[in-house]
Amino acid sequence: MDFSFTEEQNKFRQKVRNFLEEEIKKGYWEPACDAWVQGFDPGFTKRVAQRGWIGLTWPKEYGGQGRSHIDRVILTEEMLRYGAPAACHWFGDRQVGGAILSFGSEELKKEFLPRVAKGEAYFGLGMSEPGAGSDLASLQTRAVEDGDYYVINGQKTWTSCASFAHYFDVYVRTDPEAPRHRGISEFIVDAQSPGLSRIPMNDITGTEAWNDIFFDNVRVHKRYLVGEKNRGFYQVLHQLDYERSGMERLMGNYPIFEATIQFVKDNKLSQEPVIRNKLAQLQIEFEVGRLLIYRVALVMEEGRAPNWESAMSKAYSTAFEQRLASAAMEILGPYGQLVSDSKLAPLRGLAAHSYLGSKGYSLQAGTSEILKNILATRGLGLSSS
Amino acid sequence: MKFNLTEEQEMLKKTARDFLADKCSKTFVKQMEESETGYSRELWQEMAELGWMGLAFPEKYGGGDMSFLDLAVLLEEMGRACLPGPFFSTVVLGGLPILDLGSEEQKQEYLPKLIRGEKIFTLALTEPGYHNYDASSVTVEATRDDGNYVINGTKLFVPDAHIADYLLCVARTKRKNGITTFLADAKNPRIKCTVLKTIADDKLCEVVFDQMTVPKANILGRLNQGWSAVQRIIEQAAVGKCCEMVGNIQRVLEMTVDYAKERKQFDRPIGSFQVIQHYCADMATDVDSARFSTYQAAWMLSEGLPCTKEVAIAKAWTSQASQRVVALAHQIHGAIGVTMEHDLHYYTERTKAAELAFGDANFYREVVAREMGL
Repeated sequence: MDFSFTEEQNKFRQKVRNFLEEEIKKGYWEPACDAWVQGFDPGFTKRVAQRGWIGLTWPKEYGGQGRSHIDRVILTEEMLRYGAPAACHWFGDRQVGGAILSFGSEELKKEFLPRVAKGEAYFGLGMSEPGAGSDLASLQTRAVEDGDYYVINGQKTWTSCASFAHYFDVYVRTDPEAPRHRGISEFIVDAQSPGLSRIPMNDITGTEAWNDIFFDNVRVHKRYLVGEKNRGFYQVLHQLDYERSGMERLMGNYPIFEATIQFVKDNKLSQEPVIRNKLAQLQIEFEVGRLLIYRVALVMEEGRAPNWESAMSKAYSTAFEQRLASAAMEILGPYGQLVSDSKLAPLRGLAAHSYLGSKGYSLQAGTSEILKNILATRGLGLSSS
Repeated sequence: MKFNLTEEQEMLKKTARDFLADKCSKTFVKQMEESETGYSRELWQEMAELGWMGLAFPEKYGGGDMSFLDLAVLLEEMGRACLPGPFFSTVVLGGLPILDLGSEEQKQEYLPKLIRGEKIFTLALTEPGYHNYDASSVTVEATRDDGNYVINGTKLFVPDAHIADYLLCVARTKRKNGITTFLADAKNPRIKCTVLKTIADDKLCEVVFDQMTVPKANILGRLNQGWSAVQRIIEQAAVGKCCEMVGNIQRVLEMTVDYAKERKQFDRPIGSFQVIQHYCADMATDVDSARFSTYQAAWMLSEGLPCTKEVAIAKAWTSQASQRVVALAHQIHGAIGVTMEHDLHYYTERTKAAELAFGDANFYREVVAREMGL
């Protein structure tokens, strides 16, 4: 057992911090909550890529660095601590790259991974549909073979980063006759494809958070099929394990934590027993969650997909983020409701934003209920019938 | 970073689990709870022969030269089995402080006997009205008299004092900032010991010192400046209690999941109902998080790293988590779980006792607040 980081890991963390502090000092961006999924900054992504920090764990031959999963958690932990605008590359780096690595052909790996790692190809996800949320296997978007092509028709929804994405990782039904889990396939679709259109959707904070994506006879060449035809559902489960695995589930609104502690100190509230108690409890919960997420990274380091382990860490962590946002609102009192561009808004309106925005954390990438089902059935062996 | 045990630790864990499964049935636990002494001399001796008492002590005293982290593994298994008796008192509250604070002479005198299972030790720290684990609430006095010290006052919730051979007594030797720990003969007639009846039947005692003389040579550590050493004892004890709780709730989770798989209502196992599954998922999350935070603190103690915050996080979190786990276990077990014939009550009682020992969540939240600079 060893709960420490190696000297190299500590150095790496410091290097990431120095880079991010320098970026802030130069005024390139301001720390923000949810910047990992809402902060679109191609320049930042390019600068991160130049340091080799996208695709950190991927093999070198595909543009990665062959580094450990612990290193990647260190990197993302610091990005989140500083509220850095990493949305352009986050999905490609976190999960689509990994999916291509695990299931994609050599051709696909060569075509996409180096470009993701260079910060030149951004990905969005096409999983959910209006009628297929938690029950993803019921998805209806169809792909029909036509010579060397597949023709896709249907609609995807809740696609993050869609207005910036160059590509979508899309799951579609390729065999409507097969049992529903066995008729789904995964494709990479160019966002500029003729017949593909999108409508932006604002989240509860008023931020453009998602898009509906419409496929009207979108033609995709066969070589963009990822993995085996009709095995897409099993591939998406694997990908979702990674989608849930990371530190962004715990630290998505971390800037509000530090800002609130500072606010309490500045306003001489730190001797109030209720406030001390509240913040200490959050600190405890935060550090416990951090251990759950490092455990997930250790599972990946062993070469296993983090299944119920990441279900556990995500369900735990998003509940923490919601409590953090609520606590910040309580501590700020009536000022908490002031949004960023209002007169008198404290903490640049981060609390109000996060209080509202955090409602979605326990829904995306598997609701907490679905995650607990996974933990109970696959982790504890309880049967669902 | 690595969260798993070494091969040796896995072996220790397995040996301990098998041994305790064999020797420490719930029938045995019940017998010990009902007995006056609360432990079996025979089992105690067997544990000594297995090297358990000496595990974390240097070889030169007859110990196994292993670490606090190895001891943590053993404590977890003891928690899992609800092992009754004075192991925790003797090793964590007695032996480790002697190793940390004692003179070479004291170590030579006491540790080999402790390690061989010949002598039982405990710590007399808390007092009536004492709840904060700070120096100012120590009021039992030791006054100087002719080169010796005379101890007067009442200590409370002293585990296993009724069977102990030696007491580490934390006393006030100066009105302001003067705390000293004494190694006192527990069989001295100037000590009156009453076993209190607790929910866990874990033999917590009231210990009244009435003009008890202790030679100066029995001061453990520094005169008047003993408090920081006591804080270290408290930290080790708090983490030790966390280890026991982790063992407790790991077992509770397993019992509960097994029960949910077997128990049928409405013609199906209750574990197939989503609400029961989610309860179990919440329990598993609490168990794993308690385990990681506990082992983080145990590892840091073991490595000699400063870990006030990590100890506080472990004890605050594990205390709360164990209460939640047990509450859900009861809800899932239904009425059978609140009877004496089912095993669950042993765990319910022990986790509550462990929560209350060496600082509860409120206490450690305040420690965390200070560590945060609030």
